[in-house]
Amino acid sequence: MFYVIGKYITRILDEIGGSTKMIGSCLFWLTHARFEFHQAVTQSVIIGVESLGVTALTSLFTGMVLALQAGNTIGNIFGDPIFVGTIVAFSLIRELGPVLTSVVVSGRAGAAVTAQIGTMAVTEQLDALYTLGTNPIRFLVIPRMFAFIFTMPILTLFSNLFGVIGGYLVAVYSLGVPSEVYFSDITTFMDPSDFMHGFIKTFVFAFMIGTVCCYKGISTRGGAEGVGKSTTGAVVTTIVLILVLDYFLTAILTALGL
Amino acid sequence: MIEIKHLKKVFGSKQVLKDVNLTIPKGKTTCILGGSGSGKSTTIKCLIGLLQADGGQILVDGKDVTKIRSEVELARLRRRFGYLFQEGALFDSMSVGENVTFGLKYLTNVPVKNYPKIVREKLALVGLREDVAKLNPSELSGGMKKRVSLARVLAVEPEVILYDEPTTGLDPIMSDIISDLIIDLKNKLGVTSVVITHDMRSAFKIADQIAFLYEGNILLCGTPEEFRTTDNPYVRQFVEGSSQGPIQMKLMKE
Repeated sequence: MFYVIGKYITRILDEIGGSTKMIGSCLFWLTHARFEFHQAVTQSVIIGVESLGVTALTSLFTGMVLALQAGNTIGNIFGDPIFVGTIVAFSLIRELGPVLTSVVVSGRAGAAVTAQIGTMAVTEQLDALYTLGTNPIRFLVIPRMFAFIFTMPILTLFSNLFGVIGGYLVAVYSLGVPSEVYFSDITTFMDPSDFMHGFIKTFVFAFMIGTVCCYKGISTRGGAEGVGKSTTGAVVTTIVLILVLDYFLTAILTALGL
Repeated sequence: MIEIKHLKKVFGSKQVLKDVNLTIPKGKTTCILGGSGSGKSTTIKCLIGLLQADGGQILVDGKDVTKIRSEVELARLRRRFGYLFQEGALFDSMSVGENVTFGLKYLTNVPVKNYPKIVREKLALVGLREDVAKLNPSELSGGMKKRVSLARVLAVEPEVILYDEPTTGLDPIMSDIISDLIIDLKNKLGVTSVVITHDMRSAFKIADQIAFLYEGNILLCGTPEEFRTTDNPYVRQFVEGSSQGPIQMKLMKE
């Protein structure tokens, strides 16, 4: 029992130590070598642009279901579906936009990053990078970290937009809320700090997803089975961390007045 | 010249290299023989700092590689070496042409406009046609992968080439073609070669010097002729490829 717990804690500490070391290496190579601009753009397209469709679809239906639930519940209490726009926009921009986008990106692009780097690790392609004058941190990790951090806030923006549109469709065409009322509910009760709240979360999630997925890939050992384990581990770890971090970030940002 | 002195390497509780001593002469081909898991690849990975040695020295022109801790200095050391990986280690997200020119960007000042010419030349040097450059590594056979990998190494014109089992998994004819290539490269370009292998036919053909690695130590180092005539029962058994002998007895004891 103690052995199992001890082993588990050692593994977690080992992974935290390894990830921190990797971030240190990223900072070193950012200042000591040319930035791989071409790789960063390619990865931004793979991680960001190619995730747009699934992010938009997820957010659209989330906005729709939020409007439906809020409209019906408020309608039952007050007789009229009031403040539907406020509820949809608040929930999306402060919470669901960043969280849903991060979960989708983690499952789609994060898993792919771990699988690709992991496969390169078990086929000696990472060693080959060292022998050809570069290294995995410079050539693989930094461009991918950049891509996550650069594209996820943009994806979140689209996610928020599609969520609000989804809410609008249900509120206006199903619940009978006038369209100007839906939008005035949003603009009256929301201010820029709500957007800031969501964006800070997105940046933290993007940094975390990039770190976990790249580290899991680089530390992959043991052939195809190892790649499978790393990929599953990366997705599970990032999704759990998104939800855990979300709570603490909400508490901190709210305390700071955001 | 490369000198390996009292090299040690431990993985967990297993000491893979106990006391490896070997001198690799400049411009010659040295073959390191040994069974699977005997530490041949570990030795050459320590040589270019892909693995950190746990003891001993590796002197490359008098400079001790095992003492280098700086990534920048290690990168500078690796510029002098080319490494042919066992499975080729071609980047599967790139075409053959991009693989061949990959090192040029980081290790040389060759202008990009010269890349197509270099691809053509290096592919020709390893006996491949120019149109292979457009293919992806997944479309290549095992032998072609090894030759493309060798073309990638040759593109950056290293002083020393480390070959990790260059003939493993290839048919006898392709193995012989690869052996001829190694000899040609030594003769034409004067490179120092270190070849990890357990292919005796290839070793006798290409080597100027052979070292036999067994249980973490170099058991015998000499010319191919000395290996053919040695009385050492371990080496004799390995050279003859016999299942009967001290190596088998040792395995049975374990």
